Amino acid sequence: MGKTVFEKIWDEHVIFEREDGDVLLYVDRHLTHDLHFRSFNAMKAKGLSIREPDKLFGVPDHSVPTTAKTIDDIPAGEMREPVEVLAAFAEEMGFAHFGMTDDRHGIVHVVGPEQGITLPGLTLVCGDSHTSTHGALGCISFGIGSTEVQHVMATQTLWQRKPKMMRINITGRIGFGVSGKDVILAIIREIGTAGGTGYAIEYAGPAIDALSMEGRMTICNMTIEAGARSGIIAPDEKTIEYCAGRPYAPKGEKWDEAVAYWRTLPSDPDAVFDKEITLDGDAIAPMVTWGNSPQWALPVTERIPDPSNEADPMVRADMEAALDYMDLKPGMAFSDIKVDTVFVGACTNSRIEDLRAAAEVAKGRRAKVRTLIVPGSGLVKNQAEAEGLDKIFIEAGMEWREPGCSMCIALNGDMLAPGERSASTSNRNFRGRQGLGSRTHLVSPAMAAAASVTGHFTDVRKLMEEK
Amino acid sequence: MTLARTDALEPFTTFASVAVPIDIPNCDTDQIIPARFLRRAVDDPEYAKFLFHDLRFNADGSEKDFVFNKEPYRHGRIFVADVNWGCGSSRENAVNALDANGVRCVIAPSFGDIHFSNCIKNGILPVRLSSEACETLRRQLRDNPGAEIAVDLDSQSVTGPDQTNYSFEIDTFDKYRLMNGLDDIGLTMEFDDKITDFAERHRAKHGWAT
Repeated sequence: MGKTVFEKIWDEHVIFEREDGDVLLYVDRHLTHDLHFRSFNAMKAKGLSIREPDKLFGVPDHSVPTTAKTIDDIPAGEMREPVEVLAAFAEEMGFAHFGMTDDRHGIVHVVGPEQGITLPGLTLVCGDSHTSTHGALGCISFGIGSTEVQHVMATQTLWQRKPKMMRINITGRIGFGVSGKDVILAIIREIGTAGGTGYAIEYAGPAIDALSMEGRMTICNMTIEAGARSGIIAPDEKTIEYCAGRPYAPKGEKWDEAVAYWRTLPSDPDAVFDKEITLDGDAIAPMVTWGNSPQWALPVTERIPDPSNEADPMVRADMEAALDYMDLKPGMAFSDIKVDTVFVGACTNSRIEDLRAAAEVAKGRRAKVRTLIVPGSGLVKNQAEAEGLDKIFIEAGMEWREPGCSMCIALNGDMLAPGERSASTSNRNFRGRQGLGSRTHLVSPAMAAAASVTGHFTDVRKLMEEK
Repeated sequence: MTLARTDALEPFTTFASVAVPIDIPNCDTDQIIPARFLRRAVDDPEYAKFLFHDLRFNADGSEKDFVFNKEPYRHGRIFVADVNWGCGSSRENAVNALDANGVRCVIAPSFGDIHFSNCIKNGILPVRLSSEACETLRRQLRDNPGAEIAVDLDSQSVTGPDQTNYSFEIDTFDKYRLMNGLDDIGLTMEFDDKITDFAERHRAKHGWAT
């Protein structure tokens, strides 16, 4: 029987399998960030050391203000402490740390692939649910809790049970104005926010093959929003090209060995999936969420749904509560929904391609509402500035910020006021996610920029045709 | 390397308590504990209030009309939730907030995978029962405030307020760890030699990965 790409990598990392099926899994890469500062303190208090410090990488992102350039710029107290503790812990324990003054710093899920720390065929974990992002490079990656963070630091392993296998095929090709973000929102709408629970999801098909690495990362990033801890896309020539020459990628003979091995990784034709789903890529339109779960997403061309058409009373109540929280009425057109703030950023959509897509829409137009553009790393920021994207944003009246998680989790001072509504390229529209009482609509970078320059949700395809 | 055994968790065997119906489908961990409390110390005296904070409290600190604010539910240490409990963020603080309120068991039709694992690591028992069973239990708890549920991990059964028994499945290893209150790092280090051997073989076979 053939194996899936996930199974091939998994089998190479099994140290020991118990009779009951639990596996002690070897971890190749562990990424960490400032929000785990209490775990670092706990490690020290327990007298635990780091088993393989050369496999651990730290970068501050959650608490970093996007107006700060150094630690000293961060307000003292609960914002600065996690960043300081991470820096000191990395120094003491001897693992790589990309501090705020290092251009390599940024959001952990942008930095890993960018530095070649993330590679095909690896197992990679991080104490953050969006670790699923890294699977876009053809590795097993998943988010873990803080107890597991300490476990990996101390043992370089995790106890795991092999997830079930799901494959989602996207056929055809995605159209003009449609991006990886719209594809993953369409998928989550289809399978639901618990649809992937207990599974690892492999994304495949011609529309996935045609996507850039950035687009693939956006899709894998939101796998957790479909309930699955791990998303993966088999490595292909595009993946190999992306990894080539990155600082932590293998060089010389080792590179050749790696590439030869990576080419054996794609799922075998006779690999067995517990579940398989197919979506028509041609039919996917720019998406906007309207509720407090990413599954409540619709094409921008549709209208806010009417809960009274829903047969299941529990779902109906859930929809009614969401419309109430979001202050929306059934039947409203998305173009009638005005936004207060636009956020382009987060580990979902802060890579160079995302910024280019937003800039293309912003060029020659003016932001009608507060708009934050937050690059995913110092290197993304430099690249964008080399391409003149910063000037486009600034001329459009948008704010060009320093890298960080920013308004995705609202722990760094960037947030919405109670009742404020955003068009956001982040990954979660949960109640209060962008600040107490905040109302979040998830969209792609192009759709976010379109909302910024029109002041309401707008079909970016139409806006770009007008030009 | 030096390794100290960490504090053992409270072993889980049988447990009975007033139970609380949480009628929220897809209750994400942002609802269980909002992000702005994630940097607080687990021994913060306020920690218990962070659980469901924004569902429980108004901006001025006054209480909202939420089930866990009400007598006798506020003493409940078993929750009966809806589908996809604990989805979203990997924040283990969600489990810490349950723990700070003495919650030892959450019963739901399904759980977010990471939260499920975080519960096990902290000695909180996540029990999967069918949607119908959870709905029945929640209805009984709404109709009979203060009704108790009993959980027996050894026999893998839940006894509802009407004495109906529901059996549940749990991973053998998870059950063993919960029943013995075992700390994972201590347990894993029993395989120290195997890890070292594996790491050497892995390095030899996949030299590019190191």
